[in-house]
Parts: sequence; C-alpha cells; structure tokens
Amino acid sequence: MAVDVAPQDAAPSIRKVRLTLFMRSLRENWSLFLGTRIGVIGLVIIIFYLVLALAHPILMNTVWEERVYDPVVGYAFDETRQPAPPSWNHLLGTDPLGRDVLSQLMHSARTEFLLGLLAAIVTVTIGTTIGAVAAYYGSVVDTILMRFADLMVMMPGISILIVLSALIGVGHFELALIIGILSGFGGASILLKSQALSVVVKPYIEAARAAGGGPLHIIFVHIVPNLLPLSFLYMMFTVTGAIFSEAILSFLGLLDVRMSWGLMIHTTEAAGYLLQVGAYWWLIFPASLSITLLCTSFYLVGRAMDEIVNPRLRRL
Amino acid sequence: MARYLISRTLQILLTLFAFICIVYFIVNAQPGDISNVYAMNPELPPDARERLQNQFGLNEPLWKQFLVYVRNVFTGSFGVSFSFYPRTVADVIAERLPRTVALFFTATVFSFYLGFLLGKIIAWRRGGWTEYATTIGGVTLYTVFTPWFALMMIWLFAFKAGWFPIGKFLDPVLWRDAPIEANTLFGRMMLTALALSIIVFVVFVITTRLRIAGARLIQLGSIVAGVAVMLGAWRLTGHGHLAWDIVNHMVLPVFTLTLISFAGTMLLTRNSMLETMREDFVLAARAKGLPEKAVRDKHVARNALLPVVTSLVFSLAFAVDGGVIIESVFSWPGMGQTLVSAAVAEDLPLAVGAFVFVGIFVLLAHLAVDVIYVFLDPRIRY
Repeated sequence: MAVDVAPQDAAPSIRKVRLTLFMRSLRENWSLFLGTRIGVIGLVIIIFYLVLALAHPILMNTVWEERVYDPVVGYAFDETRQPAPPSWNHLLGTDPLGRDVLSQLMHSARTEFLLGLLAAIVTVTIGTTIGAVAAYYGSVVDTILMRFADLMVMMPGISILIVLSALIGVGHFELALIIGILSGFGGASILLKSQALSVVVKPYIEAARAAGGGPLHIIFVHIVPNLLPLSFLYMMFTVTGAIFSEAILSFLGLLDVRMSWGLMIHTTEAAGYLLQVGAYWWLIFPASLSITLLCTSFYLVGRAMDEIVNPRLRRL
Repeated sequence: MARYLISRTLQILLTLFAFICIVYFIVNAQPGDISNVYAMNPELPPDARERLQNQFGLNEPLWKQFLVYVRNVFTGSFGVSFSFYPRTVADVIAERLPRTVALFFTATVFSFYLGFLLGKIIAWRRGGWTEYATTIGGVTLYTVFTPWFALMMIWLFAFKAGWFPIGKFLDPVLWRDAPIEANTLFGRMMLTALALSIIVFVVFVITTRLRIAGARLIQLGSIVAGVAVMLGAWRLTGHGHLAWDIVNHMVLPVFTLTLISFAGTMLLTRNSMLETMREDFVLAARAKGLPEKAVRDKHVARNALLPVVTSLVFSLAFAVDGGVIIESVFSWPGMGQTLVSAAVAEDLPLAVGAFVFVGIFVLLAHLAVDVIYVFLDPRIRY
C-alpha cells in the first residue's frame, strides 16, 4: 500500500512544475502575440464568426420560426417578391429562393469552422508524423517519403479537386479529408521534416537513445512535442486553404453540400444576379466578404504565430 | 555538378513516371467515357456508341490502355484528344499553352516586382502603421475569394467604367476579316516581348557589371527605346490594331492577378529581410556610415533574395497550370479552362495530358532552382 502512495505523491509536484512552466510560456507568448497586432485583428474576426456560428442554433430554437428561417428549406412567407431587400424581419434580405440570407450565413459559418478544423488536424497529424519519421530514420525512408511529398506538391490543388469531385460525391467531410491528406503528405511533411532535422541532432535525443528509448518512444515523446509549435502554425494556413477550396468548389457547383458560403454565391449566379452588384448587394457581399474575412483572419493569426515560433523573426 | 545533374535527372524521370501513373488512374476512375456525351442523342444508335468505344480503344483492359498512353507520352504526342479528334493532345496544348503562359508569366513577374519592393519597405519599417496597413491589405487581397474579386474588377473597370473589354481573348467583330490567324499573330507578339526583355536584361547586366556612370539613365533609355522600336515595328506590319486588341484584353486579368498574388512575395521578402538584418555584416555596413537606403537595397535585400527567387521559379512553373478560376471568370481560353472542359467532357487523354504537362514544368523548375542556387549563393556546392 505504502509503495503505491509514494509515486502518487511525487507525481503532482512534477505535474505542478510542468503546469507552472506551461502557464508561464503561455503568458509570454500571449503578450508577444498581442504585440504583433495583426494577430489580434485576425483573432477578433475569428471570434466574431465563432459567435455567429454558435448563435445560429440558439436563434433557431427561440425567435426564428423554422419554416421561415431554415437555411435550406425555409421560405419567407412575409415577403411578396423574392429576393427581398433587407428588412427588420430579414436583416440581410432573402435569396432568389426566398431563404433568409443571415440564417444561411450563420449556419454556414459553423460548417466552415468544422471543415477547416478537420482538414487542419488531418494535415498536421500526417505531416508531423511523416516529418518526424523521415528525420529520425533518414536514408531510404527519408528519400521515399520526401519523393512522395514532391509528388503531392506537384498536384495542382484546385484542378485535382475538380477532377476528384467528378469522380466521387464530395461533401464537406470528404473534402476535409482529401485536403488534409494532400497537404499532409505534401507541403506539411516537407516543412516539418526540415524542422525535425534540427531536433534529432539535439543532445537530449542522444540521451534518450542511450537510456534505451525505442524509435516509437523517441519520435512521439521527444521529437513530436518539439514540432508542435510549428504544426500549430501550419494548421492556421491549412484552415485558410480548406475554407478557400470549399468556397471555390461549391461556387462552381461541384460539391455535394446543402449549404455553404460558396453555394450561396452559386445560387446567386444561377439566378443571374451576379453582375447586379448595386441593386442586389445582399446576395453577393455577405457571403463573399465572409469567405474573404475568415480566410484572411486565419492567415493573419498564422503570420502572428510565425513571429513567435520563429526565433529569427523576434525583435532585437 | 555533372554527377549531381545526372542523378537528379534520373530521379526526375522516376518521379514523373509515378506522377503519370497516379494522375492517369485517378482521372480514369471517373465513371463513364467519351461516348456518354452522346448518350442523350437519339440520332445515335447504340452500336455507333460501341464503335466509338472500339475506335478509341476504351473497351480494352485498363492496363493495356495505360501502356499505350505511356508510349504516347514518351513519343511526345500525349495521345489523341477525344473532343478535338483527330488532333493530338500535344497539338491542343501547344495552342492553349502560350495564352496561359503570356497571361500568368506577365502577372507573376509584376507581382514579384511589386511584392519585393513592398516587402523591403515593410521589413525596414517594422512595427509601424505602414507595416500593419500594408500587411492587412495585402493578406486580404491574397486570401480574397477570387471569383468574387475578379467579378468585382470586371464590374468596376469593364462594366461600369468601360475601360476594358469584359472578358475573352479577342474581339470577334474586329477579327472577322482579319488577314492573319490569331495564333500566328500571338506567337509573333510573344517573340517580340521575349526579344525586348532579353535586350533590356542584357543592358541591365552590362551596366551594373561595368559600373558605368549614369547606369540608371542608360537602363531607362534602353527600355524607352526598346518599347518605341517595338511599337513602331508593329505599326509598320499593319496588324498593330489587332495586336493591341489582344493586349487590351490582357490588361484587366493581369492587373487582377497581380493584386491577388503580390502579398505572398511581399511577406516572404519581409521575413527573409528580417532574418538577414540580424547578420553582422549589416551592422558593419551601418557602422561604416552607409546611408540607410544603401544598406537596405545593396546589402540586406540582395542577401534576402534567395528564397524569393525559389518562390518565383516555382510560381512561373505553376503558371503553366493557369488559374482555373481566373481563366473561367475572364473566359480566357487557356490551360485551366482546357483542363476543366476536358474533365467535364470525359476527354481523358486531354485531362491527363494537361496535368502531366504541369508536372513536367514543376519538376524542371525544381531542377532549375537547384542550379540557380549555385550561381546566387557561392556557399552552395554540389
């Protein structure tokens, strides 16, 4: 019994030290992040869209009547002509099919976030693992993985997605997986491998090997955690890429989705309102600006994190 | 160097083969074939469709088709295009490629020039409002929803202001009884532009190398004189107005593309500059009393150029791919549009051919980057 208690006693103190260290580095990085300013602007935009996304189900359950405000099958019975201009009932007007634009916008914000997050997680998981493995083993493994990465980088992104969307029914989930796999095996693994190369030559890796650590242990306990800051940075750029690709593909009408920002513009185009910018602005601007702003904000946050992660960009 | 080049060439051939395999099987996994396009046509009996399939060898097993395709790639014809029968894929691409290259090369060069210029400035003024405003503006344009932005440009400059044509490659009314083929004329235009840029480049290199006094004046003079001679020569050929028509159609897409892509170069230059600015030789240059502008342009910017050049070469290679989006919004008949229409029409050889062509250019760019590095950075040796 006493033997069991001893390690449990020791464990919290180590954990506590780690927590303190973690909190301290978090505070330092946070103040660096605030200092970049562009990151703060990005974060504010992201939070704004996050609030929009989270507010949608609440509004649907309280003030918005489902048969009117449903983003896909709703119909604005109170309007005589569709698309109707903005009014108090429909703050951003309705689309050519009589659906509330604001509701569509908020509903889509959630899917965009989920899509971006999933694509980023898949990318970074694959990229980090491949990068660490290639850097640790080197030689043949490295050559094979890196030549494969070259192949993936050679694929012209949007074009290959267009061909793939003709091949299989691509929805949000599949799209996130495809983007994640393409960029995970491609650009992400090349970038993370070059970072991992500088980690594997550190003395603590040598020490871990001398202490009898196996390859799996060294890769996942010692190398991968040191790649995480860069992986996290890369996630931001992947989110931008994923949201952008989704918007392009659904704008071209190639995706198998029920509602998204790109699809809203596709609907506008199909109904022939695309060049009537002045008269029907609410059909064009909200969705396009949302795509642009959300992509920009993740990119800005990524740039700000780059300033923190990359020591050579620190201010003198 | 020679040994390195040989081993790299072998690697490139292997990678290219793997790329052809992947692309071929992905594209061929599409359901249906070219005969599906005629499926709704009541005039076409089923046996005619079968004959069509036989004729194109579509009823053979896939591996046999693949072997035939590989043979076609290495003999340089890339197979026969189904939708442009009996033209070969290489022939179709040879027609479309110059248009895409002209548009995207020009835009890439402009955007790199602009990006490098701005990148230098914002790195030097780090932390000021100039930097924040330029970065945010640049990133917004960089991640802008491209079709919307291109349409806004068309709406503003072509539709409302009426300064430029709305899209397309040329004005059919003007060309109806033109004495010359559009492609021939376009080829000559490309040659003129190439000759002009080579002459200007040579003048630049000579004047900087020899440190001639008043180099700036000579450089500027050579550009003005070159453009004047070129315009005069075109005027004399009598096709000047036709060439102007094509140029006029190019202005808006090039402008849009430049705006969309300059921020990438700008941010890359900035980071590279910031990393170089920490070096000791920058401190030394300042200590010996050089003016800030000289330190920035002659010492930091030149050393920061390496990653920018890499990125430029890759961008030029991917310019062959064309932008599907920009090309379809501006109805520019280039590679991007060819690829999409081929994929939609189940013209498999053309679709695969377009991909493989891009792949070849990217691989060559990879090699070019490695070779250029040796010249730009004497520390690198193979």
